[in-house]
Amino acid sequence: MNRTWFDWRTGVVVLAFAATACLPWFVSGYWLGVLTISSYVAVYAMAWDLLFGYGGEVNFGPTFLIGLGAYGAGMSNTFLGWPVWVSIPVGTLAAVIGGLALVGPALRLKGPYFGLVTLVAVLLLSQVINMFAGYTGGEIGLALRDILTISSTGNFYYAFGLMTITALVLRILVRSPLGLILEASGQDTTATEALGFSVTKFKILAFVISAFFSGLAGAMTVFYFGTASPGTVVAVAVTIQIIIATIIGGRRSIIGSILGAVFLIVAGEFLRPVGQLSSTLVAVLALLVLVFAPNGFISVFGARRERKA
Amino acid sequence: MTILDISKISKRFGGLQAVDQISFSVAEGEVVGLIGPNGSGKSTTLSLIMGVVRPDTGSIKFQGHEIAGHATHAIAKRGMAMVFQHSRPLHRQTVLENIKLALLPDTIFQLFTGRQIEEQARNAARRVGLEDVLDQRPDSLPFADLRRLELAKALAADPAILLLDEPFAGLAPSETREFSELIVSMRDAGQAIVLVDHNVKAVSGLVDRIVAMDAGQKIAEGTPEQVTSDEKVREVYFGKSLDTVEKTRERKHRVGEHRLLDVNIESVHYGRAEALRNIQLHVEEGEFVSVVGLNGSGKTTLFNSLLGFVAYQGDIQWDGQSLRGKKPADIATGGIALCPETRELFTHMSVLENLELGGHALDNADRRAQVDRIFELFPRLRERAKQSAFTLSGGEQQMLTIGRALMQKPRLLLLDEPTLGLAPLVIENISDALDKLQQDSGLTVLLAEQNLTFAVQHSNRIYLIETGSLQWNGAADRFSEEVGADIL
Repeated sequence: MNRTWFDWRTGVVVLAFAATACLPWFVSGYWLGVLTISSYVAVYAMAWDLLFGYGGEVNFGPTFLIGLGAYGAGMSNTFLGWPVWVSIPVGTLAAVIGGLALVGPALRLKGPYFGLVTLVAVLLLSQVINMFAGYTGGEIGLALRDILTISSTGNFYYAFGLMTITALVLRILVRSPLGLILEASGQDTTATEALGFSVTKFKILAFVISAFFSGLAGAMTVFYFGTASPGTVVAVAVTIQIIIATIIGGRRSIIGSILGAVFLIVAGEFLRPVGQLSSTLVAVLALLVLVFAPNGFISVFGARRERKA
Repeated sequence: MTILDISKISKRFGGLQAVDQISFSVAEGEVVGLIGPNGSGKSTTLSLIMGVVRPDTGSIKFQGHEIAGHATHAIAKRGMAMVFQHSRPLHRQTVLENIKLALLPDTIFQLFTGRQIEEQARNAARRVGLEDVLDQRPDSLPFADLRRLELAKALAADPAILLLDEPFAGLAPSETREFSELIVSMRDAGQAIVLVDHNVKAVSGLVDRIVAMDAGQKIAEGTPEQVTSDEKVREVYFGKSLDTVEKTRERKHRVGEHRLLDVNIESVHYGRAEALRNIQLHVEEGEFVSVVGLNGSGKTTLFNSLLGFVAYQGDIQWDGQSLRGKKPADIATGGIALCPETRELFTHMSVLENLELGGHALDNADRRAQVDRIFELFPRLRERAKQSAFTLSGGEQQMLTIGRALMQKPRLLLLDEPTLGLAPLVIENISDALDKLQQDSGLTVLLAEQNLTFAVQHSNRIYLIETGSLQWNGAADRFSEEVGADIL
């Protein structure tokens, strides 16, 4: 739209990305690992916010999509022996198809019921993983034949690259006419329908795009870890992490989702010495952000002037 | 030529027949006003036409095509546009972008907008007078401009017919005038419009024809003059015709000399809509005072201000002390009890339990005595003491609402539209009870009413309020000669 493409905030963001890209020369492999995970979580969060922030739908099943991507990729590598660069598209496709199968019935329901259906989908997926433990590895997880690379720098660039591409694509999307219609649909379905838009179509599209990036990131995550396990890609705890990251970073903001994810993972690392307490402390921190900056970190930078709806 | 032809559409929500066999048509370039009191089904009718709600039966022909039951977006694409009563623009986008939204094609294959859309959006903005604020965000606009924005969105794609739901709600008088002029200019340009409003006066200068509704049914149709002089319409709005009010209810109690309530409200805002301005009103101890006016004029807002539910500028004195900044609960304990228009009964509790909850602050003996007094006042409630509140008829529910408020042993009773939707006989019952109350206990009452007959019968004094401002006040017996006929 006719908003300027390159104001100072965009400049700051580009500089921050460039600086992050130079990090492998300055930080240890350990911190590169932390940033690799942060990048994947950031992609999950951005994909989730496309539905929540823009589409106005609360999807409690991001890990259904991530899990399909992860296990689709993992199983085609382990059982079919397909190489990494074939397995990842297979996983992504699985997530998109699974997403389409889910969103059709889910969107027929309104309000909290959409969220409940997506939550049930996650529970179903974890049941299936447990039931077919012979193929999926069950609770313990599935060991893959291959990994992306053993180099921590290489892994960082894969993850960081995916995050950068996702952020760019989503930014173009949400600032396009398409994004405008999606945001309007999320805010007031009836009024948007009355303007002549078949809202369902746009929400399905948003869901498919969200599924694509979630599945892709899920697939790449398992090739980073070398295993696919419910605890890392399907568990409800992962969903909660995604939701907290998006909300404390800033709803309806791509950079916000990234900030939230990085903050959450890095804070978790810093708090590791306190053991069990760490997740409690992160939750308290998230609560404080919610109370004092309900629109997330990003609102502190004044990038988004927005009244609470 | 007829472009919209509605024939016998009906809609039922659970036990409520919201729209009952409504038929009317709109010709090209014609402006039709759909009027009726609150809950008459006019807004639902508009939603049925737009496809927001599906009609149970009936046919809606738009430019020769049957559209009843079609999806809203499909109806919109045929050339119908609607301005909703409550609008929520995109707050992070500019005014221009908000208008552009309305012009985008319904396809997922678009990443850039064309120059043509930009031009059309600017035109639409010019038509409603928004050309100077195109680059601002909706948050920074006054309320009337937000309404203009919605209008621009609806007009942008050149609809064959425009549906307006309560376009004047929340606007100040000067804004209402500007907005009326805007609608007139659209009419002059040949735009067909269906306009819903509860205020007959506001629309009669704008429309070619009026369809009046009550309780889901069409009660009159014709030119504004025909409809406003229609006996049935006047009765629906004001109760029995004012001229036939018999002054049978002599005030027997004495009005005290003690000023119980002294209201001096400068203004009340909802967001940017001004709901009340410059309201000066007082109530003496033992007095029965009415605030009359059409729905949406600000009566309920006044009550909500008294009870501290909404913020206001100005001051309210209760028994010589300011109520500013006090909590609703403290105000209620201080002796003001409200019977809300929506009744707000605890529907799954029994009649007795509702009453006992109302008297929660009393000790046991006191509470029992007060319940007995209320059963004496409304014998019907005694018969129904063990029944759940939701099984009661409308009239009985109203009695229970009043009874529950009286359980607080208030010094001032606020009654908000107690006659709404009740049969004449039931209203009579409530009238008798109110008379008895005042004679026995000298209770002070402040009534908000649309039913003028009821208000005039009971009151010592009357305040007339229109779109948030006081228009008249004086003794009740002067009301019908001084205001009477002008009000519609």
